[in-house]
Amino acid sequence: MRQVYLDYSATTPVKEEVVKEMLPYYTELYGNPSSLYGPGLTAKEGLDKARSQVAKLIGAQPKEIFFTSCGTEADNWVLEGVADALKSKGKHIITSRIEHHAVLHTCQYLEKQGFEVTYLEVDNEGFVDPQTLKDAIREDTILVSIMMINNEIGTLEPIKELASVAKERGVLFHTDAVQALGNVPIDVKELGVDFLSISAHKIYGPKGVGALYVKRGSRIANFMHGGAQESKKRAGTENTAGIIGFGKAAELAMENLQSHIEHCSGLRDYFWEQIQENIPDVQLNGSKDKRHPGNLNVSFDYIEGEAILLMLDGNGVSVSTGSACSSKSLAPSHVLEAIGVSITKMNGTVRFTVGDFTTKEDIDYTVDVLKQVVARLRELSPVTGQEGW
Amino acid sequence: MALYNDKVMEHFMNPHNVGEIENADGIGTYGSPVCGDMMQISIKVDDDEKISDAKFKTFGCGSAIASSSMATDMIIGMDVEEALELSNKKIVEELGGLPAVKIHCSVLAEHAIKSAIYDYAQKHGKTYAGLEGFDPNAEEEDHHHIEEEEE
Repeated sequence: MRQVYLDYSATTPVKEEVVKEMLPYYTELYGNPSSLYGPGLTAKEGLDKARSQVAKLIGAQPKEIFFTSCGTEADNWVLEGVADALKSKGKHIITSRIEHHAVLHTCQYLEKQGFEVTYLEVDNEGFVDPQTLKDAIREDTILVSIMMINNEIGTLEPIKELASVAKERGVLFHTDAVQALGNVPIDVKELGVDFLSISAHKIYGPKGVGALYVKRGSRIANFMHGGAQESKKRAGTENTAGIIGFGKAAELAMENLQSHIEHCSGLRDYFWEQIQENIPDVQLNGSKDKRHPGNLNVSFDYIEGEAILLMLDGNGVSVSTGSACSSKSLAPSHVLEAIGVSITKMNGTVRFTVGDFTTKEDIDYTVDVLKQVVARLRELSPVTGQEGW
Repeated sequence: MALYNDKVMEHFMNPHNVGEIENADGIGTYGSPVCGDMMQISIKVDDDEKISDAKFKTFGCGSAIASSSMATDMIIGMDVEEALELSNKKIVEELGGLPAVKIHCSVLAEHAIKSAIYDYAQKHGKTYAGLEGFDPNAEEEDHHHIEEEEE
């Protein structure tokens, strides 16, 4: 059976070139980068190179890149670290309703520690309005955290405008750019952000490596306490091979950015055309143009998402869903809820993300399978065709 | 690796008794798309009060569809009284188990069967001990109130 992976926003395969760069650091070049003899210094050299490669991809200085174990750690660190460093100045944080749980759940944790959090509303395409942010900033606001690209609906937020609103009021600005990295051009100086979270495994690098960009001079408490790694801010022996992989993946992402965007958005647009042509009663969630190049978030009326996912999986196609039934909590997607997708449609929502290895044949096969799966499940459904179902 | 066991997957991928019986003796619906699952079961009852046929239509996830398929399989050939005794636990057992968060799908099937029999009893002026206190319009149980877990 043909296998079609359409969940590149969940994770990506590690590219061969990346693995090739990583492998020696497990075997021959295994030295601890903190050691002062030859093998240690060689490993340190590798880390420095990777730091430059990652910095270059986002227009930062290498010294402003702090490696972490994942994007979630970077999000936890920035929120807790800024809250800790600036708590004497104020205890108010602003974020949006559609953030990743790495941000939302950290905010909830901080609320328990006595901080106050404002969760900004978004419009029906998922955009945060800079004016809404302006109105929400108070004297005691210490940090604003708004994601660059939403992981479910792919909406690209106006980060430059939002960051400038925060800056006018002297408030630090963080963006979770885990989904944006390698999918849109990122220049931290041009965006005007103080902090930015990224992750390797979304750009064809390994799992277990992320990074936090910290603008030079920004106040943030240390996250891990111990040795002097990462300028003493994030202790712990570095995941050398993983970081080397992140560096190589960043270099490739930089080289391929334009062709990657064209490849993905071309296939994505073709996919959506084909869905509309072949399947009635569907709806695209999110923005038409300001969108992740590989993302399609589609609601299929009258049927439930986990059932679609399972039947697609049975045909070799991997996707994800915002359906309540598919989550362990049985709670529907907080993102779809925030953009006002009706709860019935929410349960029939599937996220497809194409990537570098997706082909037109993959899309044709998927449309063919999807058409049959949707028809089959609609045949099974008692609400098919009902008005205002 | 799969989310469900082979038996559940088989009933999901190739469900039995799909559809709606024409001139059914009883039709019951339970749940709603808002809750994430909704089941409609129609039954045919013969002169000996035996369920001679049952069909279903379900909006829901894999385990909701598999539970519907299994539950209708089980009640075909049962006396009405016997079908009223069918517990969700039995349905889960026959399916070889469901993940804990999906047990409510089997509850849905049990209720949809009771609703169909209730409809039959209403239309045919019958009373059954097993229907005592049963309200087909009762709010669906709060089966979605499970503490949120991290992905």
